[in-house]
Amino acid sequence: MDWMTRLKTGLWEDNPGLVQLLGLCPLLAVTTSFVNGLGLGIATLMVLAGSNVLVSAARRFLSDEIRIPVYVLIIASLVTCVELSFKAWFPALDRSLGIFIPLIVTNCAIVARAELFASRNPVGPSLADGIGMGAGFLLLLCAIGAFRELLGTGTILGGLDKLIGGEPLAGIAVVDGGWLLAVLPPGAFFSLALAIALKNVIDRRNRATRATPAPRDAGRVAS
Amino acid sequence: MEFTRREAPYGTPARSVPNMMLEVLAALVPAAAAHVWFFGPGFVFNLLVAILFCVGAEAATMRLRGRNPEEALSDFTAVVTAALLAFCLPSLTPWWVTATASLFAIVVAKHLFGGVGFNIFNPAMAGYVVVLVAFPIQMNLWVAPRMGDIDYEYLGVFETLAFTLTGALPESTTYDQVSRATPLDLMQSGLNQMRMVTEIRALPVMGDYAGKGWEWIGNFVALGGLWLLFRKIIRWHIPVAVLAGLLIPATVSYLLSPGTLPGPGFHLFAGASILCAFFIATDPVSAATSTTGRLVYGAGIGVSIYAIRTWGSYADGVAFAVLLMNLAVPAIDRLTRPRIVGHGRGDR
Repeated sequence: MDWMTRLKTGLWEDNPGLVQLLGLCPLLAVTTSFVNGLGLGIATLMVLAGSNVLVSAARRFLSDEIRIPVYVLIIASLVTCVELSFKAWFPALDRSLGIFIPLIVTNCAIVARAELFASRNPVGPSLADGIGMGAGFLLLLCAIGAFRELLGTGTILGGLDKLIGGEPLAGIAVVDGGWLLAVLPPGAFFSLALAIALKNVIDRRNRATRATPAPRDAGRVAS
Repeated sequence: MEFTRREAPYGTPARSVPNMMLEVLAALVPAAAAHVWFFGPGFVFNLLVAILFCVGAEAATMRLRGRNPEEALSDFTAVVTAALLAFCLPSLTPWWVTATASLFAIVVAKHLFGGVGFNIFNPAMAGYVVVLVAFPIQMNLWVAPRMGDIDYEYLGVFETLAFTLTGALPESTTYDQVSRATPLDLMQSGLNQMRMVTEIRALPVMGDYAGKGWEWIGNFVALGGLWLLFRKIIRWHIPVAVLAGLLIPATVSYLLSPGTLPGPGFHLFAGASILCAFFIATDPVSAATSTTGRLVYGAGIGVSIYAIRTWGSYADGVAFAVLLMNLAVPAIDRLTRPRIVGHGRGDR
């Protein structure tokens, strides 16, 4: 189990958002712009990598009965650290992400990795897994955020000032105005569905180009 | 020896889908004529744009799915979707709004779920809701009915066509000059301003029950609906249940508080109630199938329309009510499954 496999699993094959469909609440709620997605993605990545390392290091001392409360304690303390650092260095981003930074505690992608991977593996692979899964989630958040922002408000990288500070930036305006629905909740569901469909199409193409071509109707429900 | 396996239903339908759809379209003709008479030629342009994009999208998606486009185009369901959309859209609608609704209806609501027969949502309503939520300004451009005594500037045929194609009004004309609030909008905003129902009903666009013009369109839609009932294309359960679900709460609340709530006549003729009861809710694919199920489904739509109109932020709730009950259809069908002959009431 080397680093590259762990990263590839997290980024693509077992992507927490696209394949495991975990952590959808923050994913759907905050991805109204690229910057919001990036902010929450970084926060999740840090918490996930940290919690995987700590859970993995502590795995020998945990009895089965209390393991979940201990995970929650570990994750909650990490989230508090991240939240306080966001408040200190990126107050504007913290305001626009609001409750979803503290809510990372309840992100089931993190508990799932703690339970499924970190509690059964040494520290090194657990860190790799945390970074891979976190990066997969981060990239998905950024992609959906950028897509919805482009459709909904017609800009790219709007509100970058929340990350780098300085004057408010409107971003690069591609078109004037946008398709309001994309930044509303339905737009989040549509974008996620499109992203999942795109991943499945790419996977199917890849499988088809490999040695044995998959049967055309493999994924189709018999009708 | 190999036996061919057929799936239910085993009975042969009395008429084919294309035949049924053509009769539905024919039943809509009087209402369409009334629509053009009262609200101008915008309806025709909307209909043409909707047909163009619905049929185009149907052909394109069938090709993408590796099927023969003719198979889907020959049943006219796309044209019915386009016609229902044209009835929902305001008479002044820029083409891209109609196109968005049509594409969403056909590509997402219909073909992503597997095409005709598999769509869990009514495609026309799904497309309409998308543009209603996405383009709130454009969805407000209802013109005033052509009934004489309303102080109002009418747009000519070419000006309407120009608006449909470009989304721009003629020079020196503003939105306020060409658009008027619909009776439902007036009622909602009037009630929000603490005005009495009688006071709102005295406004110039209000007619005997709801709005001038709207009542006539409602009558012609009902005529078409009765024709469908007579031809046995739809059954009575859904229309009756929708209207009962809407009118019973409306009557009860009107009797309790006649000053602050519009009466059943208003609810019946305003907005798309009648169109919904006869043409939208009766969509054979997305509606419930058992007899009890149809009654529950229709009543659910009626009550939801009443609730959205009374407490919601949108003026009319037909599209939302239909989509909500579409979601409930699998549960309704499961709970109202008819008893199998020979089985007791308890076994499922």
